[in-house]
Amino acid sequence: MDAEIRSESGLPLAESYGPADLPPPEDLPAPGQFPFTRGNFPTGYRGRLWTFRQYSGFGTAEESNQRYKYLLEQGGTGLSVALDLPTQCGFDSDHPDVEEEVGRVGVAIDTLADFEILFDEIPLDQISTSMTINGTAAILLAFYVAAGEKQGVDRAKLRGTIQNDILKEYVSRGTWIWPPRPSLRLIADTIEFCATDVPRFNAISVAGAHFRDAGANAAQEMAFTLMDGVTYCDEVVSRGRMTIDEFAPQVSFFFYTHGDFFEEIAKYRAGRRRWARIVKERYGAKNDKSCMFRVGCVAGGASLYAPQAHNNIVRVAYEAMASVLGGVQSMFTAAWDEPFALPTEESTTLALRTQQVLAYETGVARVADPLGGSYYVEALTDAMEAKVIEIMTDLENRGGMVEAVEQGYLHSLIADEAFRVQQALDSGDRAVVGLNKFATGEPPPEVEGFELDEGGRRRQLERLAEVKRTRSAADVTATLGALEKAAATDDENLMPLLVDCAKAYCTVGEMVDVLKSQWGEFQQPVVF
Amino acid sequence: MPTRVLVAKPGLDGHDRGAKLVARALRDAGFEVIYLGIRQRPDAIAAIAVQEDVDVVGLSILSGAHVALTRKTHDALVEAGAGDIPMVVGGTIPQADVPKLQAAGAVAVYPTGTPLADLVEDLKRLVSTGQADAL
Repeated sequence: MDAEIRSESGLPLAESYGPADLPPPEDLPAPGQFPFTRGNFPTGYRGRLWTFRQYSGFGTAEESNQRYKYLLEQGGTGLSVALDLPTQCGFDSDHPDVEEEVGRVGVAIDTLADFEILFDEIPLDQISTSMTINGTAAILLAFYVAAGEKQGVDRAKLRGTIQNDILKEYVSRGTWIWPPRPSLRLIADTIEFCATDVPRFNAISVAGAHFRDAGANAAQEMAFTLMDGVTYCDEVVSRGRMTIDEFAPQVSFFFYTHGDFFEEIAKYRAGRRRWARIVKERYGAKNDKSCMFRVGCVAGGASLYAPQAHNNIVRVAYEAMASVLGGVQSMFTAAWDEPFALPTEESTTLALRTQQVLAYETGVARVADPLGGSYYVEALTDAMEAKVIEIMTDLENRGGMVEAVEQGYLHSLIADEAFRVQQALDSGDRAVVGLNKFATGEPPPEVEGFELDEGGRRRQLERLAEVKRTRSAADVTATLGALEKAAATDDENLMPLLVDCAKAYCTVGEMVDVLKSQWGEFQQPVVF
Repeated sequence: MPTRVLVAKPGLDGHDRGAKLVARALRDAGFEVIYLGIRQRPDAIAAIAVQEDVDVVGLSILSGAHVALTRKTHDALVEAGAGDIPMVVGGTIPQADVPKLQAAGAVAVYPTGTPLADLVEDLKRLVSTGQADAL
């Protein structure tokens, strides 16, 4: 007999599937019906196509502002803001340790003055803004609210998303600042604040994508992410100030789609069903909208390889199709040259075209959940859900996500899986065309490294110095003092105080340091 | 005495998959690995390299800031009187930047996709002969 054939997450696969493999009918109602296995909406993509959301941002606020205005003139309706690492980790641009990182992987933001420039002539009541920001998400949200007010836009009209998912930062993305428990408090503050004050804004995008890129398989990615979602909802609900139905519709999710086509489809279908049941059973949600698993994804990431790099175009296309057959709400398609370069305008355009061909030519968007009822896809969805439950139960039994993060347990699960995959690639057990199969040894195309614009950094430092010179020192002291006092206890929501700090032109670093003085810093478990 | 290798990520970039894979492969190959993790300051890396008396310093950088961070770490090693410890660099590194990294103090460069076995063999060669193949 042949060795057992398994999916990339290790789910055993039969030779073929038949009617006996279909789930009970209550697990498979029509699209748009709880538990949403077959999609959130009865009409699938007929009612609304998924959003094509390409990630970009660079240099200074002026340069990014020009780029955003261009994108909006081309018919875009949403912005996706990439922030530089100092902003993400809570350092001002003039901090001596971060000079080579200012403006490098995104735009540098130090004070409200930068946000005023970033969104100059961009009507914040008409566009939506997605910000990939976690450690300092609450501070950037405060800037956004304050920038809206400067434009005369009421905060109730602001639309967008902050990622705001710190748990995965501790494990796989690394932009942590404070320890888990006070960070969870701050996240719960933002969720409450959005529910009451900024109702059209998504307070959190719980992201499994970074677990996946760090090495987790599809089942782990889904299980870890749902556990993070549970941890955040537990935190808000346990305060007793808000019910699940008051905030759950503002919670969304974010994943990577990699190459195992049917497993990825099963992952999204299983995740939707599991989350719907968790929200109803664990928290007693009464509104079906609270139970909906709204998900964005990236096709690409660690599933792309540098050798024979043009093969990545094909990989991204298949991954994008799996994402759509899985029923995602928004997608970013990576450029083929991403494994070894900052993508060019040509390669990013091709990535966007890949989605457009999928949406407008292939016909996959014509019917909701086209694979619903497939013996194989339904069986794999069930197997994936069972695996996800198994992993989540293990984490619960070990004391939950915060414990798993602090003990390094999650780090070791991911490192183990990454190592297993690397060994399978090195041995050829996992085939990758161009890497370990049909390899030709051709070198990747020559590309130039990205040189930071020193002038941009200098302008950023000059602006920061100017803001510090002209702002009211008394207001800065007063607002930071109020923040420090409130951070010492759990009684008060910190968001209004952060908005006050933002309006007083306090810097990101100043706010972060005040909170560090009360909360300390995260100590990373060193596991490999 | 096993060969002692320090593995660290300078700068703010948190992508540590490669650094951890390398650390584990080296440990499995009999090296003694001192893994520092992400967000390490160059002067801290140099201080620990001296304190732990390592034979090789390995940096992993995927943010694009590899040239500046390699130079800073090299300067910190020299400052700490350990400029003779060979330093190698891995990560998302375009071919065109390899000479710049060499000028900044790296003796070998392992771009993303380097097979772990090749890297291990190359480090063994580096330690025994003072010369690496990869650059």
